[in-house]
Amino acid sequence: MLYLELALQGLVNGSMYAVVAVGLTLIYGLLRILHVAHAGLFTLGAYTTVLLTNALGSLALGTAVSMLVVGLCGMVIYRLLYEPLLEQPPYVALIASIGLFISMEEGYRILFGPYGNSFSSAWLTARISLGPFNMAAADFAMLLGAVVLLVFLAALMSRTRLGMAWRATVTDAAMARSFGVDTIKVRYGIFFMASAFAAAAGSLVAVLNNLVEPTMGSVPSYKSLAIIVLGGLGNVGGTLLAALLLGVIEAFGTIYTGAYLDRDAIAFVFLIAVLMFRPEGLFTAK
Amino acid sequence: MIMSAYELSLIAIVSINVMLALSLNIITGLCGQVSLGHAAFFGAGAYTCGVLAGLGVPMYATMAAAAVVAGLLGFLVGLASLRVREDFLAITTMGVGFVFVGFVRKQNWLGAEMGLSNIPDHGLGETGFVVLCIALVVLMSLLTIYVKHSWLGFGFTAVADDEDTTRTLGLDVASYKLTAFVLGTLLAGVAGTLYAYFTRFLVPGAFGFGISISILAMVIVGGVGSVWGVIIAAVTLTLLPEFIRVVNDYKIFIYGLLLLLTMRFLPGGLADLARRRHLLFGYKRSG
Repeated sequence: MLYLELALQGLVNGSMYAVVAVGLTLIYGLLRILHVAHAGLFTLGAYTTVLLTNALGSLALGTAVSMLVVGLCGMVIYRLLYEPLLEQPPYVALIASIGLFISMEEGYRILFGPYGNSFSSAWLTARISLGPFNMAAADFAMLLGAVVLLVFLAALMSRTRLGMAWRATVTDAAMARSFGVDTIKVRYGIFFMASAFAAAAGSLVAVLNNLVEPTMGSVPSYKSLAIIVLGGLGNVGGTLLAALLLGVIEAFGTIYTGAYLDRDAIAFVFLIAVLMFRPEGLFTAK
Repeated sequence: MIMSAYELSLIAIVSINVMLALSLNIITGLCGQVSLGHAAFFGAGAYTCGVLAGLGVPMYATMAAAAVVAGLLGFLVGLASLRVREDFLAITTMGVGFVFVGFVRKQNWLGAEMGLSNIPDHGLGETGFVVLCIALVVLMSLLTIYVKHSWLGFGFTAVADDEDTTRTLGLDVASYKLTAFVLGTLLAGVAGTLYAYFTRFLVPGAFGFGISISILAMVIVGGVGSVWGVIIAAVTLTLLPEFIRVVNDYKIFIYGLLLLLTMRFLPGGLADLARRRHLLFGYKRSG
């Protein structure tokens, strides 16, 4: 029973990682940029959702508006920060992104205070019994939310012309352009979608903990980098599997090796071990 | 005493950061291997020194031991750099940083979360210690300049520019990378020794991801590979929070913003600024 509960807890965490990391890996595939500030947008999404929900009284409306606003912010970041740096060595954009992330975290602390905000009415505090499982409704919402978002993304990528253009651009931008794809539009589209997903993940975490804090993006900021590398940078399917796998490994690792290593270290020992045997990640991008 | 204790301690901190930046500059600047986990080697040196000094080992021996331990760890990570490249290497080194901190956090003999606190006095006096710091900074600067202009340095540049071509030309890329990692991490270990004697109290958090980032920021803001640029950037970025203390609540916000703006408008770092001025004046003179 313990194993099942651990696995389930791992999947809940992993599904959150997946929703954050899937956008990050698309952006990497597109521009070869490690977009650390993505985690800043995750926090922005969480704050926007909490503040809007408290003002409007509807969680669904709050989350939708938050995804829209944060998606637009992602496009602005691409336009003002990354586009002028595309010709530079990759670490330039990396440091710029880290600088942006630091100021974002500090900005939230200055604007909203260091102690965090909560929903004024508690959402999803119930517990659900599903056969042998007894899980918090918020955990369930996280899993469900992640599944809905990822299925939506999979459908978009595989069934629509837009998704086809996105995949073509991520695989080979020059070739896509010669086939008439407007690759600049694709970049804006991917930044919008990736950032909206980050906002959705932030909102789900806000519901899960009923708390948003200025530093809530710290863990996703580096954990999602580990995940996209494990998944084979730029590989969407690999990233999803890596996210779920890492969530489960952390859940079990914390119980069995918690005396020697902390949670982050377990994740990274796994990452390093994998990279030594498969230097291009678990699932190599084709 | 010419300077106050505050000023002396500021010089010590600046010196330690300059050493860290110079040591990472060998790996990232000269040899082109981006490391997001340099604080782990700094920490390995500091903890080695802390444990040995606590047992009564004198300073020159703790410093040598710290350099060896950090260098050995650097050798291992250097081996990893032969397997993974570029962004994969950056994330691997980031992982090394987290594993180091996560490991130390759980070790009672290293003080775990509570920190290692029985580090004795270095016995040099405040001024003597600062003189030692400055002397080591000068030595490391000279060493870096020497390496940069030696055959070793040319090999590093070749690896940084284009690894595959370098290999085609018959140069042993692996040994250049390993040398860069060992040399750079060894020097970080020395900086760790000074840090251990300076604070006499080590906590895992002092060697975390944020510190690795700020060391890398010094190298990149300075202009990768440029010794002078890196030194100036290390001094500036260390003192910056002290200068903007008047706006204490905003100092990290401003730090992040400056990092962002420097990269956005001066992607080549401070060294590039000097180069551009040179070009500008040259143009004016000829015109």
